[in-house]
Amino acid sequence: MLHITDLVVRYGSAVALDGVSLEVGRGEMVALVGPNGAGKSTLINTVSGMLEPASGSVVVEGTVAQVPEGRQMFPDMSVEDNLLLGGWSIRNRQLDEVFDLLPDLAGMRRRKAGRLSGGQQQMVAIGRALMARPDLLAIDELSLGLAPIVVDELAEHLRYLNAERGTAVLLVEQEVTLAFRLCARACVLEAGRVVVTGPSSELAESDAVRKAYFGDLAELADVEVSR
Amino acid sequence: MSEFITYLVTGIALGSSFALIGSGFVVVHRVTRVVNFAQGSLAVLGAMLSASLLAGRLPHVVGEMVTVVVCGLVGVLVGVVAIGKRGTPPLISLIVTLGVSMLFSAAIIWLWGQDPVSPPGLDGFTTILGAEVERQRLLVLVVTLVAFAGLSLFFSRTYLGKALTASASNPFAARLVGIDVRRMGLVAFGLSGVLGGLAGVLVAPSNALSFYSDLPMALGGFAAAVFGGLVSPLRTLVGGLGLGVAGQLTAGYLNGSYQTEVALLLMMVIMIARSRSFAHEEAK
Repeated sequence: MLHITDLVVRYGSAVALDGVSLEVGRGEMVALVGPNGAGKSTLINTVSGMLEPASGSVVVEGTVAQVPEGRQMFPDMSVEDNLLLGGWSIRNRQLDEVFDLLPDLAGMRRRKAGRLSGGQQQMVAIGRALMARPDLLAIDELSLGLAPIVVDELAEHLRYLNAERGTAVLLVEQEVTLAFRLCARACVLEAGRVVVTGPSSELAESDAVRKAYFGDLAELADVEVSR
Repeated sequence: MSEFITYLVTGIALGSSFALIGSGFVVVHRVTRVVNFAQGSLAVLGAMLSASLLAGRLPHVVGEMVTVVVCGLVGVLVGVVAIGKRGTPPLISLIVTLGVSMLFSAAIIWLWGQDPVSPPGLDGFTTILGAEVERQRLLVLVVTLVAFAGLSLFFSRTYLGKALTASASNPFAARLVGIDVRRMGLVAFGLSGVLGGLAGVLVAPSNALSFYSDLPMALGGFAAAVFGGLVSPLRTLVGGLGLGVAGQLTAGYLNGSYQTEVALLLMMVIMIARSRSFAHEEAK
């Protein structure tokens, strides 16, 4: 449902993405991993239409919504208003669907988004993206700055969402163990290019990938990957 | 005592117009980060247009409402010129609004001449604590309070108002959820046109306006907006009323020609005080 072909994105004269091609199928969960500055966020911002490609193409069969890095709340507005604005593009004001998927949000609907914890804000960001009823959810750094227990809870929500609704997920994630655990397939980016794409199980066992991009990660060998 | 009451009510009425113009500054600045210096010209346009429409036998209320709607549309046009080109920096847009303001002055001289204009308003006087007060001035206060209540409801209760608030709060996130931030900027300019036009329509029956009234009106409105930190319509209302009253008391007890200086002095004091409080917050 997502077809990226020979994508080039530039910031002025600097090339951020250099001929990236990637496919994401309907209902598939794909992780985008790689070192800092590899172009992961640039790719996700281009997929969601926030950046214009210099050349190449991004074709989405359906709708895409982004959960941005840093959550990007409307801090002085209530959780309810943050969610309602998530449905702006399709004028969706039905909050019940999101409350069914993320019941915790209902209890905090009147609270100001800026006063929530990082984990709660991330849940609001996911709920806000879901208000656009996306076929593809593009998530930029799910775990950034969050406690492991909170990340596990959010990951569970994503799995449920994917299973119940068939929403495809493109996940940018620094935590490689989390990314491989959650997504059956992964794509490794470095310096704006795709280095390798394949099943997470194979990439997790690849010494070359581990050493080149994730350092000496002994824990990766034991990680339970999604298959 | 009755003299003081007269100055007070007159000041509140004039301050209401500053508050309306100032809230126009605030609405535009919150969404676009642009200071719209054509705001005073829109008040003058409102005064001139309502005078012509009422002279053309359009009934009261209808004439004023048509004027306000036209000023809103003109406000959108100002927005198109100021922020129409994608990526225009706010400072450039500010200069553009100054240029538009000069263009307005030329157009107003061409269409209405150089003489001050005062459209008919609400006739008669009301006695408050022994002072004779024009009913028009009380009307200005009532309409201003209703306008601010409406503005508050618009931003807090309507989907469009929330989208405008969101665009001001976090433009990146607003774009992310599909809000066209530039279009929201044009809506803000339209709203500022309505507020400016309303100020002109309300104040002109008591204080005749001419093409050169745009600067004092804009300065008064901007001072009120600065009092509100260029973000809060409610504090802008307080600032506008305070400024109007201070100006009228100065005019009544000292000298009328000091009014603008009072506005500028107050604006300067507020800016210095605010910059100190910002520095204090940063230090914390």
